[in-house]
Amino acid sequence: MSNKLVKNAAGRMVPTEINGRPVVPYRGVGKYHPTGNKHAPNIASNIDYPADGNKLLPSLKEALVKCGLKDGMTLSTHHHFREGDLLATMIFDCASELGVKRLRWFPSASFSCHAYLLKYLDDGTINYIEGSMNGPLGKYCSEGKMKKTAVLRSHGGRYQAVQDGEVKIDIAVIGAGSADAFGNANGVNGPSASGVLGFALADAQYADKVIVVTDNLVPFPCIPWQIQGNYVDCTVKVDKVGIPEKIVSGTTKVTRSPERLLIAEMTARFCDVTGIIHEGFSFQAGAGGTALSVGNYFGDIMREKGIKARFARGGSNKYLVSMLEEGLVDYILDGQTFDLDGVRSIHDNPNHVMTSPFSSYNYHSKGNFAGMVDVVILGATEVDLDFNANVVTHSDGYLLHGLGGWQNCLFGKNVILPIPLFRDRIPVIRDEVTTLCGPGELIDVIITERGIAINPLRTDLIEKVQHSDLPIKTIGQLKDEAEKICGKPNKPEFTDKIVAAIKWVDGTIIDVVKQVVVDP
Amino acid sequence: MAITHIAGNKGDKIRSDCLVSLTLTAGKDILININSSVKAMYGESINTLCRDMLNFYGIEHARLEIDDRGALPFTLAARIEAVIRKHVDTDKEYLLPILPENYYTTKRDTNRFSRLYLPGNNPKLFINAGIYGSHGIILDLEDSVAPDKKYEARFLVRNALRSVDFCGAERMVRINQLPAGLDDLTFVVPHHVNLILIPKCESAGQIVQVDEKISEILGHKNSEVYLMPIIESALGVMHAFEIASASENVVALALGLEDYTADIGVQRTTEGGESYFARCMVVNAARAAGIQPIDSVFSDIDDLEALAGNARQSKSLGFTGMGCIHPRQVPIINETFLPTETEIEKAKRIVIAYEMSKKEGIGVVALDSKMIDPPVVKRALRNIQLAVDAGKLSKNWRDTYEQ
Repeated sequence: MSNKLVKNAAGRMVPTEINGRPVVPYRGVGKYHPTGNKHAPNIASNIDYPADGNKLLPSLKEALVKCGLKDGMTLSTHHHFREGDLLATMIFDCASELGVKRLRWFPSASFSCHAYLLKYLDDGTINYIEGSMNGPLGKYCSEGKMKKTAVLRSHGGRYQAVQDGEVKIDIAVIGAGSADAFGNANGVNGPSASGVLGFALADAQYADKVIVVTDNLVPFPCIPWQIQGNYVDCTVKVDKVGIPEKIVSGTTKVTRSPERLLIAEMTARFCDVTGIIHEGFSFQAGAGGTALSVGNYFGDIMREKGIKARFARGGSNKYLVSMLEEGLVDYILDGQTFDLDGVRSIHDNPNHVMTSPFSSYNYHSKGNFAGMVDVVILGATEVDLDFNANVVTHSDGYLLHGLGGWQNCLFGKNVILPIPLFRDRIPVIRDEVTTLCGPGELIDVIITERGIAINPLRTDLIEKVQHSDLPIKTIGQLKDEAEKICGKPNKPEFTDKIVAAIKWVDGTIIDVVKQVVVDP
Repeated sequence: MAITHIAGNKGDKIRSDCLVSLTLTAGKDILININSSVKAMYGESINTLCRDMLNFYGIEHARLEIDDRGALPFTLAARIEAVIRKHVDTDKEYLLPILPENYYTTKRDTNRFSRLYLPGNNPKLFINAGIYGSHGIILDLEDSVAPDKKYEARFLVRNALRSVDFCGAERMVRINQLPAGLDDLTFVVPHHVNLILIPKCESAGQIVQVDEKISEILGHKNSEVYLMPIIESALGVMHAFEIASASENVVALALGLEDYTADIGVQRTTEGGESYFARCMVVNAARAAGIQPIDSVFSDIDDLEALAGNARQSKSLGFTGMGCIHPRQVPIINETFLPTETEIEKAKRIVIAYEMSKKEGIGVVALDSKMIDPPVVKRALRNIQLAVDAGKLSKNWRDTYEQ
């Protein structure tokens, strides 16, 4: 690649062109102003669609053929079924049978179950992936085996990229728990119900062709219609669209680890002492054992003080649902649904509201509600001395996770990362993060089992904890403490080859991931 | 056939540990094979440690395999030393530097509300054990270590005493039942252990044996390593007082109810009626000998409410602490053994009355026209001290005290 590298505003060397298209290096938070118009799909006409509204085709393969599947196209899917997703596999099996090559897969996220697709990356059916690179796919990418550069975006960044025409989707395939033959669809009914279908909104609005696939076809109208059939080209019924028991993610159980419980409890105490928990406040506590426990401790404090939250931002799960039902929160604004209690609640409770990355996260819009949330609880694989954080690679250099909504949530009023100081000898606080995903100016507090570090920019928070018994330390002290226990880690070795690019919420390039040097 | 020895643990759920295997070979050089989850970060330092240790024991021809899941250096070194010493008959110890903060000593009558048991061959649990605020940390070589792991656990526990910061908790080791327990002492006594728990005690002679062995290892009469015998049988209960008073280094007498109830042939219940006699005996024997009576552990780690009830009952019988088998139990036990608000209020009144009478030179202390005996004053002073130490009461409480 004769691609010139430039230093972006975060001091990272990034290319000006990725996969043959020009890109803008990161310019800083709130510094890049987009121009031009949004992308628009072709004008459709009723002339081309059945007058009776029945768009049902006999098979996914026929639907793909009808949508004009051919070499080099971009196909999108969504991760609503998480580890229970069957659709991506079906799509690329069809493509392989049809002998189609060089496809770009544009998922909203990938999971370990997608390791099946490695063979299609090998044989050229899939050219490359733009989306989160989880587990086996991340390893494949990190070892330099993918033919082009992966592009990782946040949930909001994915909406932005589609809306802005950065990624033009040829065929979007939307898996739904329930749908009618016209294409109206939702994720709250049927044996494969997975909850909110918000990640598919951008694809429905902007893709050239849209296919809805379900295993629970209902007579018109399919209500609620989170995906509107007016966007849909054809519908398909399959035997099984997802594996229900794997739709519930394994990371959605409250932790039993004493370290993490201690961290969660300290996080809740911090939010109490600093007045972040107050009447009418709002919070976001995502998946992951620690975050879920934080939510539980929030509940305890709210009960004790007799206060209520105005809204909680989901990922919803049974714990959040029970808070809604108990009256501790007025609304759940749900981005994705992590368990069956969440699915049931969306179905039954009008105060459990379906959202999409458009309403919650899209940075190229007239505002979104991420910035209205009082406190967000997030994770990280690494944090550096300037509070910059990494969520996609591990300290050994391997790409193993997606960005999810993480970058978008950084715009919350108080961003707290409750994380263990080290994980099985891997220190979390580093001199410099392996991959920069979020700028330190947006990260306020790091809470570990051995102490709390507050970003020096947040003088207000520092003042509020001054007379508390919370173990406040500097981030440097925490780093020294971890290194005293674990030893000073070496940095991983990389080649010069860029295997993935990390986009900031505005579509600029904040960092890149390089190929790891694999042991002989 | 060349013999291969192994030490350590490996498995899907094993973290912060490693499995080490060593084969002495003929005519080949040292071959070290490291498979580690942290190889990119620590591969070099692990390799250096391996070479240094093989060199220390004069091994020149060997194949050493390390299967590591993030073991800290103290664990790696313990595992490597264990496999080497399974091959080579030597008393040479490969010791990592002792942390300067691990030289602290504790007092005879230090608070021992909570002491957290850590299975002696499970290093992952050691690393953060100090952060939960238990008064003591017990590195257990006895029941929680499988028989075939007893040998390697000694190295791990020894290294932990040197390298792990338990954040000021009293550093305790439970040795094996005698006589094997006497050999355990060689591994732990020179490394600033504060207290030895002696399991399944039935006679004063056992305490004397342990005390003498410690003196022998120290090279002088023991006055620094405290002893806590555990009574775990009917015979032990009958001999509780002589055990409690067998040595001036005995500072507490503990009760182990799992074994005790098995010994008397009953089921252990949450209510604990079956062990009422044993618990009263241990409290009485300990107090008669001027030491602390410490209650058994509560085994249901999920039922924190039942734990709190159990701890309150324990306190009401006269115990001054309990064992913990999970960090979640620590804050509940610590809180329960502190004086309650009512006790603190009463103690304040007694202390004020006592100080007034001292100031006025009156020989007797009176409160509301009732005479207060010296032991009551002593207990009140202790409760005030406990409340102040725990932050439940300001050091300057007298300034705001209103009669």
